[in-house]
Amino acid sequence: MPLLPLPQISGSPSIFRQVMDQVGGVILGKPHPIRLALACLLARGHLLLEDQPGVGKTTLAHALARTLGLQFQRIQFTSDLLPADIVGVSVFNGGGKGFEFHPGPVFTQMLLADEINRAPPKSQSALLEAMEEQQVTVEGVTRSLPDPFFVIATQNPREQAGTFPLPESQLDRFLMRIHLGYPDAAAERALLQGRDRRDLIAELPALLDAEALLALQHQVDQLHVSEALVDYLQRLIAHTRDPHHYARGLSPRAALGLLAAARAWAALDGRDHVIPEDLQTILPPVAGHRLAPAEGTGMSPDRLTRQLIEAVAIP
Amino acid sequence: MNRVRHTAEPGVGEGPMNWLVAALVVLLAPHFLTQPTWVVGLALLAVAWRFLAVRRSVPLPGRWSLAALAFMATAGVIATHGTVLGRDAGVSLLLIMTGLKVLETRNQRDAMLTIFLGYFVVVTHFLYSQEIPMVAYMVVAMLLTTMVLIRLNAPGPPPGLREQAGLAGRMLLQALPVMLILFLLFPRLPGPLWGVPQDEPTARTGLSDSMSPGSISDLLQSDAPALRARFPDGPPPAALRYWRGPVFSDYDGRTWRAGQAFMPATDPDPSDAVGEIQYSVRLEPHRHRWLLALDPPASAPEGRRLNADYVLFSPRPVHRVETYDLTTVPGAALEVELSAERRQQALHIPDTAGPRARELAARWADNGTAPEDIVEQAMRYFNEEPFHYTLSPPHLPADPVDGFLFDTRAGFCEHYAGSFVFLMRAAGVPARVVTGYQGGEWNRAGGYLLVRQSDAHAWAEVWLEDRGWVRVDPTGAVAPERIELGIRAALSHEENLPAFLRRGDSFSGLAALRIQWEYWRETTAYYWNGWVLGFGPERQRELLARLGLGGLDWRGTVALMAGLLVLVAAVFSLAFLWHNRRPERDPLARLYRRFTKRMARLGTPPLPHEGPRDFADRIARERPELHESVAHFTRIYEALRYGPDPDPDLFRILRTRLRALP
Repeated sequence: MPLLPLPQISGSPSIFRQVMDQVGGVILGKPHPIRLALACLLARGHLLLEDQPGVGKTTLAHALARTLGLQFQRIQFTSDLLPADIVGVSVFNGGGKGFEFHPGPVFTQMLLADEINRAPPKSQSALLEAMEEQQVTVEGVTRSLPDPFFVIATQNPREQAGTFPLPESQLDRFLMRIHLGYPDAAAERALLQGRDRRDLIAELPALLDAEALLALQHQVDQLHVSEALVDYLQRLIAHTRDPHHYARGLSPRAALGLLAAARAWAALDGRDHVIPEDLQTILPPVAGHRLAPAEGTGMSPDRLTRQLIEAVAIP
Repeated sequence: MNRVRHTAEPGVGEGPMNWLVAALVVLLAPHFLTQPTWVVGLALLAVAWRFLAVRRSVPLPGRWSLAALAFMATAGVIATHGTVLGRDAGVSLLLIMTGLKVLETRNQRDAMLTIFLGYFVVVTHFLYSQEIPMVAYMVVAMLLTTMVLIRLNAPGPPPGLREQAGLAGRMLLQALPVMLILFLLFPRLPGPLWGVPQDEPTARTGLSDSMSPGSISDLLQSDAPALRARFPDGPPPAALRYWRGPVFSDYDGRTWRAGQAFMPATDPDPSDAVGEIQYSVRLEPHRHRWLLALDPPASAPEGRRLNADYVLFSPRPVHRVETYDLTTVPGAALEVELSAERRQQALHIPDTAGPRARELAARWADNGTAPEDIVEQAMRYFNEEPFHYTLSPPHLPADPVDGFLFDTRAGFCEHYAGSFVFLMRAAGVPARVVTGYQGGEWNRAGGYLLVRQSDAHAWAEVWLEDRGWVRVDPTGAVAPERIELGIRAALSHEENLPAFLRRGDSFSGLAALRIQWEYWRETTAYYWNGWVLGFGPERQRELLARLGLGGLDWRGTVALMAGLLVLVAAVFSLAFLWHNRRPERDPLARLYRRFTKRMARLGTPPLPHEGPRDFADRIARERPELHESVAHFTRIYEALRYGPDPDPDLFRILRTRLRALP
């Protein structure tokens, strides 16, 4: 049977491929979380990494920043961290110029907020406000943050001692929450036998720059979403809002986030349109930290989102 | 405490619980009239406790306390009713258990169970009253219970009152066809449908199977309907409205009883009859087997029989409204040939009774006066002597016949009929007492004659050579207006009349309105009794016959019922499907549906949540030989369905690809 010519319907994913390969060379055996992180970035969302210490959260953030050619800052959150330590402070300058603003580490393109749940709520909210508004106000003066501005926050599992868990409203600021998890045996062996990660990161070439990234983000925004797909998205959202299924459903902000993330995922796949599978793939990291199980059912976020996908038929 | 809890069941919120409590109060309260106070009180107390548990966080009783409570309450029911079976004990038990169930209602499942118990409680009211107001109350209770059901299962924010009531009403209306089919076609058992016989109150107004002084005067106080009769050719003249009931031939000096009349009736001789009147009767239940018929009945309708005294009998006691068609032949001669035995029966009087009356009768019968003249003489006697018609006669001394005829001379139909028959027998004329009703009220709105218990009457029959039994009404000789105009006219003003008999006195606007209302209520009751309460096996057969299904036995009826129920279910399912149909006008979706159907036939059906690409990947794994063609098909479909500006040619290609698939 002769095959009919397959119509040309996909663009070239080569630049994404390169980025993912390069970061994957540092974080071994984790192609899916890396890809999700990249999608999150392309969708202009912030990323929350939740996992045990030492599985490579910081390394991932660092490798991404290097590869994408972004300025990188890191704040280690501690219990005595003050808001000024994040956004900066005005200092009196003896040279007669009056007060001078010393910008804090938040003035960067990629910010790693390490162990965000170790800081008290006041400091947490200082950062979260910056994430939402993409600007900070210090002593009555509002200052814009750079563009792109991307926060990767890491968080230890809640039950660990000395943590201030993020309230739901602040969790909602993160487009995705992902887990890295332990590497598998082969990846771990390669890690153990390989070179020091810090050296590797230092040698990584920048494949993009801020300008190029902004252009890519813009392209992702334009990706086609069909009526059929919006139908499907609306069905998913409606299902979460039934209190028999979930105590807390997905907000319109979450719905927008799902769509943006699905577009980014489709773009990473080299497509110019979104398909239901894109939504299904990005649903667990985008919806997992926003859904609350219905009363009396202690279900894990993974099970919750899987249940959601299985419960809703694709129109 | 380490208790196993059903964590999967969501608890019941405060709102639905308040609704449940309110509905139960409405459901339980009317049973104060029918059940022991402690039973309803206990059930309502439990409901109140549950309410306080929500409001004031009063702790609920534990499992063991509840079990103890249930045990004690059951013991209480046995102590009160002597049993746990039967209507009263059963309802008591249901009410208590419903109350206790509320106390252990914690989650959704419990609440649903309580609601279903509530529906049972609704039904129990009908065991005690089948009147229309009770039905209206039950409909409201059903609506309320259904509203609670809706409130309990409503997803999302609680629905508004109007929305709840609207949905509940719509649900009840949708249940209506099923209800009608079951009501009309479910096989009917003869006998009472609602009342459980042994529990039925015995004191029920109606004619009695014997007549002693005072037995009819109780009836005259009651405006309860006795029967309703429909005359296709218009109401019969007042003088013909004698409704024949029990006939009494045996007299023991005080009480009249039915004599032996087991033989079937000889057919009435219609040679002197003046036409015939056809009519149909709806008889109120009276717990006896006799049926009322216009005097004289021509023949028994099917399934009933006329005894030798021309009393119509049903094969079983009349426990619910009974309907039958009859013909009367006014003027027809009854039992022209009287056997010696029967004659003897109709002449017997106790030897010691009524010596003065015997004397009087002997004087009349002197020197072989013709029986007709003796009757004439007696009637003149009642007419000319100062007899007085009254509903409250003075107390009669030891010998009621003599006492009435010579001393008090005040009484009503039973006194006149009884003493007249006595006189006739003493004079050697065979005679007997006939009881029944006389008169009736023509209801123009309904087109039927309403006969009330207050129309109860007793008259006499004498047997005359060649003419058979002839009706003689001695009351007519005393108070002719009683026969012509009814009992209201016969009584003088100072009589202590029951209120309902007095209503004709003044036709003020209010009274006229009342009569209008009475008419309307009566008419409704007529149809309600005839078509709902009186819907027995005969009515069912009649209905089926009218629908052209006369030959159907009960198996056929059940089959018809099942068929209709299936039909209703089908109609509702189709309506549901039509309502929720997918917008399949999209040819692309239709094409894809055909594709998935074909794959399902090949053994790989799609999952509802499976995207096209995932589905294609799975087919590729499970059936590698299809991989290429399916992948190709899926890519084109994806482009058409999800891609930007699809090329119209692609659709055509897709259709070709589908045809090429196995």
